[in-house]
Amino acid sequence: MEPSDATAVAQVRAGNPDAYRVLVERHSRSVFRLAFRMTGNEQDAEDLVQETFLRAYRQIGKFDGRASFSTWLYRIAANCSLDLIRVRKRRQEQQTPVNEEGEELAGAVAAADPTPDRLAFSGELKELLRPAIEHLSPMERTAFVLRHYEGMCIEEIGRALGVNTGAAKHSVFRAVQKLRRALEPALSSASS
Amino acid sequence: MKHLNQDELVLHYYGEHADPAVAQHLADCEDCRAHLESLTRVLDAMDDLEVPEPSDAYGSRVWQRLAPELAPSPARWWAGWFAPRRLVAAAAMAALLIGAFLAGKVSERRQMAGLSAPVRERILLVAVGEHLDRSQMILVELVNNESKGPVDISEEQQRAEDLIGENRLYRQAALKSGDRAMSSVLDELERVLLDIAHSPSKLDAAGLEQIRKQIEGQGILFKIRVVSANLREREVPPARGKAGTI
Repeated sequence: MEPSDATAVAQVRAGNPDAYRVLVERHSRSVFRLAFRMTGNEQDAEDLVQETFLRAYRQIGKFDGRASFSTWLYRIAANCSLDLIRVRKRRQEQQTPVNEEGEELAGAVAAADPTPDRLAFSGELKELLRPAIEHLSPMERTAFVLRHYEGMCIEEIGRALGVNTGAAKHSVFRAVQKLRRALEPALSSASS
Repeated sequence: MKHLNQDELVLHYYGEHADPAVAQHLADCEDCRAHLESLTRVLDAMDDLEVPEPSDAYGSRVWQRLAPELAPSPARWWAGWFAPRRLVAAAAMAALLIGAFLAGKVSERRQMAGLSAPVRERILLVAVGEHLDRSQMILVELVNNESKGPVDISEEQQRAEDLIGENRLYRQAALKSGDRAMSSVLDELERVLLDIAHSPSKLDAAGLEQIRKQIEGQGILFKIRVVSANLREREVPPARGKAGTI
């Protein structure tokens, strides 16, 4: 029988790195999913998984056990992902000026506004989801992914990202507002 | 009750609105129900965001790549900053740094222990970044110390002493690799750390002020922040195209 997360963590902290294997094998797939939702790129997601587990290992002495190990791990993964998309966004902005909130990019999603014909198949709607999420600011994207896909409450998101609850809430609200703006016309067309 | 705004509807959608009046209002108000339905359509659609499903063997693959990177005793890795073993780890890291920097960028051929080259390079950068963070912490603590009377800096001195050996290795690595900016900052940092380590452990206000002036006068904190920011940028993997399946 495999040890629980808490037992494995205790063994790692006691100096047994092999005990970390249980934690890696148990959680790497969910960390990958989180990283992929954040980045939309398999290779980046794989690198982030690697980096997340490495950072978690090196910081495991700071894990106080108040949250579950998986929650703590997701925090690290979210912050690694946030760093990555921030840097990437900065690079993009150097090439194509956009504002911090990505408003111009939201316009680009609208430019891809599909006709009802294009939305005849639900698969085509799916094609709009990735661009829509990529046009959120890094903080909005992270907060939204943690809220929508990981089921973290807003207070937890604030703690995970080192911002106050109000800022976390605001990021989720803005993310939803932008997603509505980008997707609602397509959804209306599809349903009419 | 007035109509619900979008933010309230979002909280309701995620089950974070505990106010029963909201549910009651939704039951009574057709407009707000319609808005909620519209919001629900969008957010439910986001569930269709496609994510490749890693295979069952994915966890084992991650472990295979990760295992060689784990120190034999992690407890000592982060708790033993003050142990001689720390210097050994720093020496090993510096040796890797020399190799990485001499080669310019770590190439595909330099993949070691199954880790991808960018990940390996980032690990090295993280190590130097952490060294700078720890050094910066000591300097900030001394600069911000506002004691008027005698102050005991023996703890900071001990930490500075522990960082000196490590700093020397990183500085030599940077020097050999031709990274002049990094070696110059590490050189200045080393001198400041040496001064701190060799000061009297009990300082009066004037002595503390002298150290503070030395730190501020050289602008070492600013330089460390610039180099650290630069390192953090380099720690993040570059954007890449889509890879194959997992």
